[in-house]
Amino acid sequence: MRDVHESNRWTVFMLAGALAACAGGDDAGQGAAGTDDTAAPAAAIENAGMISGMVTFAGQAPAPEPIDMSSEPTCAAKHGSQPMKRPVIVTDGHLANVFVYIKEGLSGTYATSGDAPEIDQDGCIYIPHVIGVQTGQQVTFRNSDGLLHNIKAQPTNNRTFNISQPTNMTSRQTFSQPEIMIPVQCDVHGWMTMYIGVTEHPYFAVSGEDGSFTLENVPPGTYTLEAWHERYGVTTQQVTVEPNGAASVTFEFSAAMAGARVPLGQPIDPHGAHGHPVGD
Amino acid sequence: MRAWRWFSTVAACGVLAGPATAQQAEHAGKPVYDKWCAGCHGVDGRGRGDAAPYMLPRPRDFTKALYQIRTTASGSLPTDADILRVINEGMPGSSMPGWEDQLSRGERENLVSYLKTFSRFFETDQPQVVEFGRAPGVSDERLVEGKEVYRRMECWRCHGDAGRGDGASAPTMADDDDFPIRPVDLTEGWYFNGGGSAEEIYRRFRTGLDGTPMPSYSDALAEGVVTDDELWSLAHYVKSMSGDAPRVREVVVARRIEGALPTSPADSAWAGAERFYVPLVAQIIVPPRWFAPSVDGVWIEALHNGDELAMRFSWSDPNDSPAPAWVEWRQRVAAVMEPHEDAAIAPAVPAASPEGAAGAADAGAADDGAAAGVPSGAGTLAGGWPDALAVWFPRTVPAGMQRPYFFMGSTRDPVYVWHWQSRGDAVTERQGRGPGQLDALSMSNGLEGSGEWEAGQWRVVFRRPLGAADSVNALTFTTGQPIPMALFAWDGDNTETGLRGSLSTWYFVQLEEPVPITTYATPILAVLLTAVLGVLAVGRAQKRERSGGTAHAAPFQLHPEPEGETR
Repeated sequence: MRDVHESNRWTVFMLAGALAACAGGDDAGQGAAGTDDTAAPAAAIENAGMISGMVTFAGQAPAPEPIDMSSEPTCAAKHGSQPMKRPVIVTDGHLANVFVYIKEGLSGTYATSGDAPEIDQDGCIYIPHVIGVQTGQQVTFRNSDGLLHNIKAQPTNNRTFNISQPTNMTSRQTFSQPEIMIPVQCDVHGWMTMYIGVTEHPYFAVSGEDGSFTLENVPPGTYTLEAWHERYGVTTQQVTVEPNGAASVTFEFSAAMAGARVPLGQPIDPHGAHGHPVGD
Repeated sequence: MRAWRWFSTVAACGVLAGPATAQQAEHAGKPVYDKWCAGCHGVDGRGRGDAAPYMLPRPRDFTKALYQIRTTASGSLPTDADILRVINEGMPGSSMPGWEDQLSRGERENLVSYLKTFSRFFETDQPQVVEFGRAPGVSDERLVEGKEVYRRMECWRCHGDAGRGDGASAPTMADDDDFPIRPVDLTEGWYFNGGGSAEEIYRRFRTGLDGTPMPSYSDALAEGVVTDDELWSLAHYVKSMSGDAPRVREVVVARRIEGALPTSPADSAWAGAERFYVPLVAQIIVPPRWFAPSVDGVWIEALHNGDELAMRFSWSDPNDSPAPAWVEWRQRVAAVMEPHEDAAIAPAVPAASPEGAAGAADAGAADDGAAAGVPSGAGTLAGGWPDALAVWFPRTVPAGMQRPYFFMGSTRDPVYVWHWQSRGDAVTERQGRGPGQLDALSMSNGLEGSGEWEAGQWRVVFRRPLGAADSVNALTFTTGQPIPMALFAWDGDNTETGLRGSLSTWYFVQLEEPVPITTYATPILAVLLTAVLGVLAVGRAQKRERSGGTAHAAPFQLHPEPEGETR
């Protein structure tokens, strides 16, 4: 996973700019989800099928904003061109960095994969920009920049953490509760943000630059799939996976959805039923 | 200071009443909370009480169970003692006062357990206390090492090279609710939340301050990026950046020196002056009240030479406003603070020229007015405001306790004002006729001055002949008497202009008197006289002894011998 990432990094930066790299590395990121499944044969899902899909985007995507990295020449030098803030990455009508997961329809518990997802801070951006982890699964934060980053998670249902990484080092964290989504940011570099989706099962993926995603080793059944984007909110679909079958689904996002409510973890009312969000 | 903050907070917090959940309603801490806390923190604990929109930092949202001052790991819940400590001591630099003297111990403990009902985390999670050893002793070597660790841990990125909260990352900082938040000024350790001892500073490194950008260095320690001993050196170094808490004295003494007075803020001659500290508090006396001031204290040094008086004022300020890097900060502060209307915080321009003075009736003070070279758009949110300082005195030295109104005087009894602003580095003399009403003076009394911003600090010098040309409106400085003096400071990029800022009450400046010749002569005369008398007395006694007389100086002797009494 890191090899793919390493070999592609410079080319991808040159071609697609800063955040495209997240999506470029997204094959790896998605692989994390996929690998989890294949690396967990013990789960032995009978007649498992798969869900593959596409996230499309209609309309005009907002123009990327330049990031002023003049205060960080070390990071700026890692980018072949002007680094850009790209919360919305659209390529040929396909939307990247959409977190897709099974929201409803699964039952039982799913073993945590031993293959840990990793978030790299490289060139003063997070790679990848969106990632999924399972509850209890260790996620690694790597500082490849060798300068001060802090990694501050702002969850609602999980506890926060705020880790200082003054130089090259790694830190590991786990999340105990499912949460869609947890914003992560660096306060030293105000432009650095990313999101972590936490689910109780391994059935999640992040759309690549071509808008595609794949959920593998899915037990047969009918599910509600949700797709989450940091600017355009959420949309859901029903999908049925036949035994050993391959289901296909398309999520449609559009510029008209700008300003939609983007759900992050909702505070839980301590005295209501657990899991019930507080109003407002 | 502390009493003032307590008062200001209670004044700001209207008392709210409202519904709560059943479990909370029965709680012994609820009536105390609803009465004293809900005005700011809200009945529902979400930090959105009636007074909250006027505050920065905002009141804590208890439903998140994120507490800055803890003895526990990053993200871990606080202990009960941690929560109680903040209730007792308050949070300096915010509107949260200490309640130790206001509420009984039982009430405060009930509050602790009530606050915990706002978050389910207290039902499921346990505090993870960070254990550590005792502080090693401080030494010069340790401070040198600590300074190196400060550099290597890159504390300066937020706190600045000199620790005044002016690092390059400071302007974009936000707390967990996205409100602007400042890195703490490390040169004011006496205001540190959670305490200013080496142990308490070290603990902040290990725990971080949850809900703020300040992270924990425990991971860096565990990964071997920094050693425990180095963190202790850093703690000692950070502590050394402040020194001891300044003793606030009412009278600033202007030492008399011979020859020329220092003219620039960086002049080495200032080393000959004593430093005095004057705390400033939020301007909450007249509307628009301002609960989020930037300047919390000013250092003052004063010198005179019998002809002129020079005073240097120094205070922490993260930038030279308006600073391009802080545009976004300024806009964020303006966006979250009441009143929201841009117009309401625009200064009502008392210009520095006599013509402008006429229209300055309801004016603010940190204007940009007629200063030369003021760009268009100055004095608006887009153009920004300068940093500024006003120092005022009565127009004549009062004979008794009678003084003008401390807050920029009044129409009936105006004050004489020195005004400096960063834009154009302009110094002007003005007349204060009430809060925010600073009119230009038409006649100059020879006031000069300039300011210098460096490493998160302003140093501003005023210099003026002791005599005044305009003896009606300007003070003639006299020696040997305490002269009332009060201050107002503005941080432009904190949207401070007009009545937004911080002020002091009356202090005094006293110019040392020239030392008169009698000061030296009197003791010499006294010594000589004593010597002469002593010689005479001894001589007489010896004479009497030689003549065979005995002096018996018993107290009850009925036949006094005057010579014998002489000793």
